[in-house]
Amino acid sequence: MTSYQFIWFLLIGVLFSGFFFLEGFDFGIGMAVRFFAKNRAERDTVIQTIGPHWDGNEVWLITAGGAMFASFPMWYASLFSGYYIVLFLILVALIFRGVSFEFRANMQTDTWRNFWEWASSIGSFCAAFLFGMMFTSMIQGVPIDKNGDIFGTFTTYVNWFSIVGGVAVSLLCFIHGLNFLRLKTTGELRDRAQKWSKILYPVLLAGEVVFVILLYLTTDFFTRKPMSTWGILIALVIFTLAAWWGAQAKHDWASFIASGLSLISVVVLIFNGLFPRVMIATTNANSILIKNASSSPYTLRLMTILTFTILPIVLVYFIWSYWVFYKRIKSPKQVTE
Amino acid sequence: MLNVGLSMLGLSRFQFAMTTVFHFFFVPFSIGLAFIVAIMETCYVVTKDDTYKNMTKFWGKIFLYSFAVGVVTGIIQEFQFGMNWSDYSRFMGDIFGAPLAIEALAAFFMESTFIGLWMFTWDRFNKVVHCLFIWLTAFGSTLSALWILAANSFMQNPVGYAMNAAQHKVEMTSFGAVIMNRQLWNEFPHVIFGAFLTAAFVVAGCSAWRLLKKDHENFYRKSMKVTLIVGLIACLGSIWSGDTQTRYLINNQPMKYAAMEGLWKNSTQKGNWSVIQGTKNHKTTWSIEVPYVLNILGHHSLNGTFKGQQQVNKELKAKYNKNGETRNYYVPTRTLFYSFRIMAVSAGLFALVAIIGLWFNRKKSQSIMRQRWFLYVMGLMVWLPFIVNTCGWFVTEFGRYPWVVYGLLTIADAVSPTSTVASLLFTNIVYFLIFASLGAVMIILSHRVLKQGPDSVLTDGYSTKPQDSDKKVDPYEMGAAHND
Ligand code: HDD
Ligand code: HEM
Ligand code: HEM
Repeated sequence: MTSYQFIWFLLIGVLFSGFFFLEGFDFGIGMAVRFFAKNRAERDTVIQTIGPHWDGNEVWLITAGGAMFASFPMWYASLFSGYYIVLFLILVALIFRGVSFEFRANMQTDTWRNFWEWASSIGSFCAAFLFGMMFTSMIQGVPIDKNGDIFGTFTTYVNWFSIVGGVAVSLLCFIHGLNFLRLKTTGELRDRAQKWSKILYPVLLAGEVVFVILLYLTTDFFTRKPMSTWGILIALVIFTLAAWWGAQAKHDWASFIASGLSLISVVVLIFNGLFPRVMIATTNANSILIKNASSSPYTLRLMTILTFTILPIVLVYFIWSYWVFYKRIKSPKQVTE
Repeated sequence: MLNVGLSMLGLSRFQFAMTTVFHFFFVPFSIGLAFIVAIMETCYVVTKDDTYKNMTKFWGKIFLYSFAVGVVTGIIQEFQFGMNWSDYSRFMGDIFGAPLAIEALAAFFMESTFIGLWMFTWDRFNKVVHCLFIWLTAFGSTLSALWILAANSFMQNPVGYAMNAAQHKVEMTSFGAVIMNRQLWNEFPHVIFGAFLTAAFVVAGCSAWRLLKKDHENFYRKSMKVTLIVGLIACLGSIWSGDTQTRYLINNQPMKYAAMEGLWKNSTQKGNWSVIQGTKNHKTTWSIEVPYVLNILGHHSLNGTFKGQQQVNKELKAKYNKNGETRNYYVPTRTLFYSFRIMAVSAGLFALVAIIGLWFNRKKSQSIMRQRWFLYVMGLMVWLPFIVNTCGWFVTEFGRYPWVVYGLLTIADAVSPTSTVASLLFTNIVYFLIFASLGAVMIILSHRVLKQGPDSVLTDGYSTKPQDSDKKVDPYEMGAAHND
């Protein structure tokens, strides 16, 4: 493995972390539109919190996908073709939630407004759930042939662990979204979001315990890398507890950062477990390794130079745009007053 | 279409064509409209005339719909290379991945961030800064087109690579060569001019419909003026760059060219150009021909000849068929022939309409209001740019048959081995239904915006409901007092 290959493995991890941190609360907000907000005015406010940001957040996914294609074509090709139907469903979910924000605001009847709100909530939930399912099924090892093609059956994709993984990720995203609401709103909405996350955290913790047990039973993470795997899992639990504490003690920022970090620890857990592979095959010899999945050294070096010049500039205006919309949005009751 | 039966390959190809064509309805419209809206806002900043501000907001609204649909269909594009064309991705990743990743990093981030800022900060920044946001959005979307076309151009005309035979893939040897690809610098201006043209004629056509109803005369006449100027320039640009492309193809992809012109046999010195023709079994059965036009168009002179498809096929067979292969290199001639004609004829039509429209719409004259037939023509032409863009891509993409990457990889070798007919059938149907409904909603919403008229945007800074535009609110400002 060359150092460029290693850097790119890390960078893909970083991009997916960015995606889950940012799109995580987007998904959560999307779910909150119908599952949390009570009336039209509240839903307006909830959606407004991500109005200027959701598209930019989704670009993290697009960048991660593009970077994977550029740096590890063999990984991109097997994963995306192997998870054909799952990714297709993710795309459908992303399409519905993506257009819902723009379309909903311009519907004239309640029926249609409801329709797009449900599209946003169900779409966000499904996208988060399916991403969780995809990654948890992937780390169990899948039937890969010599060419790198995955010929899976239904249970390759849908099994107990992958369902628990999907539920855990979508729950995590939902709470992360609530924590974001606590940061961006005032009054009634903010209080209720806090109440809800106080209640949901114990559920999440229980889910995490089940997740760890199934991780132990179905993956080789604990035999191959016991130390780091346990370390990351402990971090995950600590972040969860910290966020819970933040919900009790009204520390909005602490909760938000902690729930974001727990999403990132899940990504780190997966990438740590994968290393030095990118895809785990049921027949060990067919696993796809970092060292033979990557593009040529020339492309990797080029991409490294370009990324390290462009990304800092992007981060500057990306963060600046959050700062522009830093202020809280007044809750609907105060508007009507 | 060749080979589009219920086979795995046929369904994959159909899916690619359907999703990309749908994506490309919105892409040129968004790119062009971003610029037109930016021009309108700049007019406002310079002249301080409120009509321009209303124009910016009004057409900006339609721009946002188009953008949203463009974004969600774009994600399909990125994913489907891995999903449906995994062997293509393995083969091309080294070269295709780089532009795609840079597109996301350099262009999509810029576009999506600044469009968010532009939408929600009408009352927050001073005029010049706010106007800068839409220019950056427009600039970002143009950049994204550049990068994706770099990938497409490599497929048409591979440069700057070395074959890695052992792993059956191409490797990049010179990024400079990939970016300086002649094909790219022919294709990019043509696509961008096409995008300007698309948005210009859609806005002008919508304005024409409203003028037929005698609605907001000043507003729509001004919109028409701005867009017809843009449209005329774009149209001349398309014709110029289309001509460059055509003449480039004569040497670079002679089969594509011969099919575009319906030449089966080598052309004679007389340069007969066929207006329409019938073909069967690799022969022209009948045709209506005009002498010399072929030479004038292709060689810019009265003399010269062109190779016909039969001859090109022989040459390509000699070049690419190894150890007794019998593959032919014919492309779907009829599709190319008619697509090309639709494109070129429409270009002329657009130019004509733009010139007449600008003439009728002179400041002191009322003739645009009296020439109702002309307004009808313009209104109906709203659909034409979308058809023309699709025809252009048909020429480009069907014309490289049987290759995906010209001379290096065939379509049959590019498809995912894991795909199944059942799953492809399912996804094709679902995509089709989704696209049909998105298209319908998009049309209904734009129609509604047009019907509500420019007054609905007079005061609001994109508040969610046009009805409460009297309450001028900036949601991001209100909570300021409650910040902790
Ligand atoms: C509204 C848009 C529009 C208009 C008015 C035209 N075109 Fe076009 N054309 C396109 C929009 C387009 C396009 C969709 O943007 C394509 C597809 C790929 C590309 O580079 O541009 C295209 C492709 C394309 C190609 C194929 C390029 C290749 O395969 O490499 C040729 C030869 C032409 N065009 C030629 C022309 C000529 C001679 C025109 C006018 C006289 C013309 N086009 C008008
Ligand atoms: C710019 C990047 C593009 C890339 C990399 C690309 C690549 C491809 C690939 C891989 C295929 C499938 C293989 C094949 O059937 O030939 C294909 C087919 C096709 N593409 Fe493109 N394409 C691009 C842009 C477009 C656009 C913008 C359009 C139209 C709006 C388009 C229209 C088509 C059509 C109609 C087919 C089907 C051709 C067939 O069935 O043979 N393409 N393209
Ligand atoms: C087949 C290859 C293509 C791929 C992989 C692709 C990928 C994408 C993706 C992922 C998005 C969403 C970006 C976002 O979230 O902001 C997008 C949107 C966009 N794409 Fe494509 N695209 C393809 C074809 C094209 C072509 C041929 C063009 C231009 C000539 C183009 C220009 C754009 C633009 C300008 C947008 C921004 C959204 C809009 O303005 O509608 N794309 N594309």
